[in-house]
Amino acid sequence: MSEPLLQIRNLCASIEEGELLHNINLEIRPGETHVLMGPNGAGKSTLGNTIMGSPVYKVTGGSIFFDGQDITDLSADKRAAAGLFMSFQNPLEVPGLSMESFLRNAIRQRTGKPIKILTFKRELEETMKLLQMDESYAERDLNVGFSGGEKKKAEILQLLMLRPRLAILDETDSGLDVDAVRTVSMGIEEYQKKRGGALLVITHSTRILDSLDVDYTHVLVRGQIVRTGDASLVKEINEGGFERYANEKEA
Amino acid sequence: MANTQDIADVDRSLYDFRDDESDFYRLDEGLTEEIVSRISDEKHDPDWMREFRLKSLRLYEQIPVPNWGPPVDGLDMDHIATYVRANTGMKGTWEEVPDDIKNTFEKLGIPQAERESLAGVGAQYDSELVYHNVRQEVADQGVVYTDLESALTGEYAEMVREHFMKLVPPTDHKFAALHGAVWSGGSFVYVPKGVTVEIPLQSYFRLNARGAGQFEHTLIIVDEGADLHFIEGCSAPKYNVANLHAGCVELYVGRNARLRYSTIENWSKNMYNLNTKRALVEEGATMEWVSGSFGSHTSYLYPTTILKGDNSHCEFTGITFAGAGQNLDTGARMVHLGKNTSSYINSKSISKSGGISTYRSSIEVAKTASGAKSSVSCGSLMLDSESRSDTIPAMDIRTADADIGHEAKIGRIGDDAVFYLMSRGISEEEARAMIVSGFANPVSKELPLEYAAEMNNLIRLEMEGM
Repeated sequence: MSEPLLQIRNLCASIEEGELLHNINLEIRPGETHVLMGPNGAGKSTLGNTIMGSPVYKVTGGSIFFDGQDITDLSADKRAAAGLFMSFQNPLEVPGLSMESFLRNAIRQRTGKPIKILTFKRELEETMKLLQMDESYAERDLNVGFSGGEKKKAEILQLLMLRPRLAILDETDSGLDVDAVRTVSMGIEEYQKKRGGALLVITHSTRILDSLDVDYTHVLVRGQIVRTGDASLVKEINEGGFERYANEKEA
Repeated sequence: MANTQDIADVDRSLYDFRDDESDFYRLDEGLTEEIVSRISDEKHDPDWMREFRLKSLRLYEQIPVPNWGPPVDGLDMDHIATYVRANTGMKGTWEEVPDDIKNTFEKLGIPQAERESLAGVGAQYDSELVYHNVRQEVADQGVVYTDLESALTGEYAEMVREHFMKLVPPTDHKFAALHGAVWSGGSFVYVPKGVTVEIPLQSYFRLNARGAGQFEHTLIIVDEGADLHFIEGCSAPKYNVANLHAGCVELYVGRNARLRYSTIENWSKNMYNLNTKRALVEEGATMEWVSGSFGSHTSYLYPTTILKGDNSHCEFTGITFAGAGQNLDTGARMVHLGKNTSSYINSKSISKSGGISTYRSSIEVAKTASGAKSSVSCGSLMLDSESRSDTIPAMDIRTADADIGHEAKIGRIGDDAVFYLMSRGISEEEARAMIVSGFANPVSKELPLEYAAEMNNLIRLEMEGM
């Protein structure tokens, strides 16, 4: 078995009001797809954001290693440079900053290398086509006036353009209609199957999982991982809901 | 020059170099009849101008300091030299301009811009123009672009006399009176009927002298159906004594003509910028202001547009960036007199490190202005919790059918937006700069490319070390 890409040990995270994550342990190896499920308010997004380095959450215990490097105290941009990515549940709007110029800047800063404009343009065009995005979106201000579905497509566009090694998808399928889920899933498949990218998929529905090969499923309840299993656990939850795990202690 | 008294600023080396003034002619500090008369002597004023100056001085002494804006106590007129000139006349080629002064403008990129993208350039250094030139093909169209002193006695003397300080009379406010008394330098532009000047003209004002004032007068007359883009740039090195800029801009836009007036102001942060700009717009004509205010210690700046003719139109696009120690009070005033006149204001202000940025505007619709339309949109962005931003919009509408819209937004840079950009590999400093540049984008995209680049550089400069 290969070395873990992401290794979380006894992670605790807090906000001022109290601790939200308790002793989380999680390992993701290159190319693996993990699903994180759980009821509303269980701490799924908190875990995703803490892994990405959100300043909102303070790590009060434990550590996060990525590719053998301790990233527990690194800022989000350094984590991104190491190969982490997160598709946001609510992508932010940045008026006056075009999607294309943003992506160019991000790639240049992440890689520290100048960009070959023509190659970049071609890749952007092809990726947008795959995601059925109108090419005018490249010129539009980042996420400004985008519908819910367009915002999520734009997140997956960034995922494909930035080429991370591990992507956290935070509720990427929520609020999307059937067609949009299909399109977004195509983008994620491209990342997972053609490029061998690893995934941590946070979801409380399962539509987005239909087209993905799931390796592990984790159930998060009240800030703790209470159950870990394989893909079949998804089906089990679909049929029985989360209640039965509500009183389980750490697995 | 007492170097021990000078204070260093943050890295503003592009603007913050200063030249030795040992070889300069400098009138005594302070303001008296004698000093004003000596300015008249120096400049060989016609009699009417000599009297105009003295009358303005008396008004200056009577009118109180404005009590509604940022404080101007730091300004002590007894210690401002109103007239400083280098020992050189105005030249028509850069080769003739003395090396140290020429180097100043080289560093500011003016001769290069002239070669690449301008139809004519005027360069003022302290109180006097040191360079003025207009491309032959533009001159051949009948376009006049010269220093105001030459215009006072030249072929257009009558035209100058008819228009000089008629839009901004010395009675207007204390600093307009001061301007009337001690004005020096500036440009005169006349664009004849139907002439379109394809590329912009630019005047650049550089105040090098310590503890001095700059009082240039810009008078532009765009005749019927003509079209001009005029660019004004200004900068100064930093001293620890107050400098004063009380310039005056008067713009006359003839029937169906169009004038765009763009400014990038980057005075040093010891400058009191008490500048008055006004435009009179005739029937069917269009006035466009593009204004970037980055420098100065204190600014009062509200370009005024008088929409006199029916169907005349004005657009104002402005951005103000107030950093540490700066109190910038900026905005615009629109006066609707003619029928079916329209005005549009789009203003952005940014404050950081304790800077104060105030947006102040006035929309006035007279009884005569039936069918007037006005739309104001102003946004403020505060970069930290010590900074301050105020919006003071006034409206005085005397018609029943006016169509008036106002939208104001005040916000801070959201930590969540910074985190979002950082999660894509962008550093925190860069993320903040991108958000600020994006906020400023509606203004920068109105500027010619090289000025937009300069504005983005200024924003980056201001954002360093946040």
